[in-house]
Amino acid sequence: MKIILINGSSTPLYEQIKNAVKENIVKNILAPDEQLPSVRQLSKELNVSILTVKKAYDELEKEGFIVVRQGLGTFVAPLNSELIQEEKQKDIEEKLIIICRMAKSINLSESELIDLIRYIYEGGTNNE
Amino acid sequence: MNRVEIKNLNKKYSNFSLKNVTFSIPNGYVTGFIGKNGMGKTTTIKSIISLNHYDGSVIFSNTNLHENFDNQKIGVIMDDSFLAKDWDITLVNKAMKVGYDNWNEELFYSYLIRFSINKKMKVKELSRGMKIKLMLAIALSHRAELLVLDEPTSGLDPSMREEFCEIISEYMEDENHTVLFSTHITQDLESIADYIVFIDEGKIILSLEKDEFLEYFKILKCDLEHQNTINESAVLGKKINQHSVEFLVRADDMKAVSNKFIEDKVSIDRIMVLYGRKK
Repeated sequence: MKIILINGSSTPLYEQIKNAVKENIVKNILAPDEQLPSVRQLSKELNVSILTVKKAYDELEKEGFIVVRQGLGTFVAPLNSELIQEEKQKDIEEKLIIICRMAKSINLSESELIDLIRYIYEGGTNNE
Repeated sequence: MNRVEIKNLNKKYSNFSLKNVTFSIPNGYVTGFIGKNGMGKTTTIKSIISLNHYDGSVIFSNTNLHENFDNQKIGVIMDDSFLAKDWDITLVNKAMKVGYDNWNEELFYSYLIRFSINKKMKVKELSRGMKIKLMLAIALSHRAELLVLDEPTSGLDPSMREEFCEIISEYMEDENHTVLFSTHITQDLESIADYIVFIDEGKIILSLEKDEFLEYFKILKCDLEHQNTINESAVLGKKINQHSVEFLVRADDMKAVSNKFIEDKVSIDRIMVLYGRKK
């Protein structure tokens, strides 16, 4: 699992942990049904307080990314393609917001931007 | 569930007193104990571990420590080490073997190897950092379930402090372990504390989860001209300098902030500096 925490970031630590675990799941670095470290183990590994990790795990569980099996531990939820699709779409949306902002800053019109996206989507440049 | 309940602890000195100190230490978590120098941290800690006389009660695992202090399950680190200065490490081991029912000699020596402390060294020859590590090794080797640490990291360099926090995190892997530690160092609190207890002038001001503690406050700044426009009843402390005023306020009493004020990030350091300050 890859987790890089930024001290002094405006994103609270628990949210950084939550996002990192989510990203590991979405990118399939963590496979469905794979066991996650326990709250206390991860808190030790990341050098953050226990409640910080607990809060991240609680939210991940609520959002359906992980499941707690009583007495066994915490696991990545069985494959939920809808959830993953949604998460990836959210990522695209966030990037599009930045792109729109950039387009506006150089007075690129909506239709020009859409044309550009269409051109790239259809393989107009060498994007694989 | 709470591991330790401290109730109505009172203690009077000629120039200072603890006033009805009441708080609890949750089982399985790290509680950070903060406050300025001379506000009652060490006095409270000494009472918890029965090193002084006090009124009130300290309940640990259904036992009132005030009447019946059980040191077997409690590990202590204090500035003045309770070890004789002329003892070498082998003698320390012998003394602990006598003193503690669950003393694990093998574990003790393995910690010393890890901490690079030579068996032949005498207590007085150890640096402050090494002494802290030795006391930590002792606490961990008699299977203490509660660690009470009085400013364990002050005077340690950053890498040693980090190592110390890592050892505490390791200790906390066992859900039945609990830590109370006093500190000035925000970095330590950020990395290991789950709860914060804040003491000022011998009184407990707040006892909350760390995030809730930080959210309880707001820090606002404004120019000198507008300092009187603030809602005085929300102000917990302020600092005035040549060009601006910094206020510590209760967040709940200050939901809408006028545009004359700029909000700054709340940190434990700033809370300690500003709380109770009048100018």
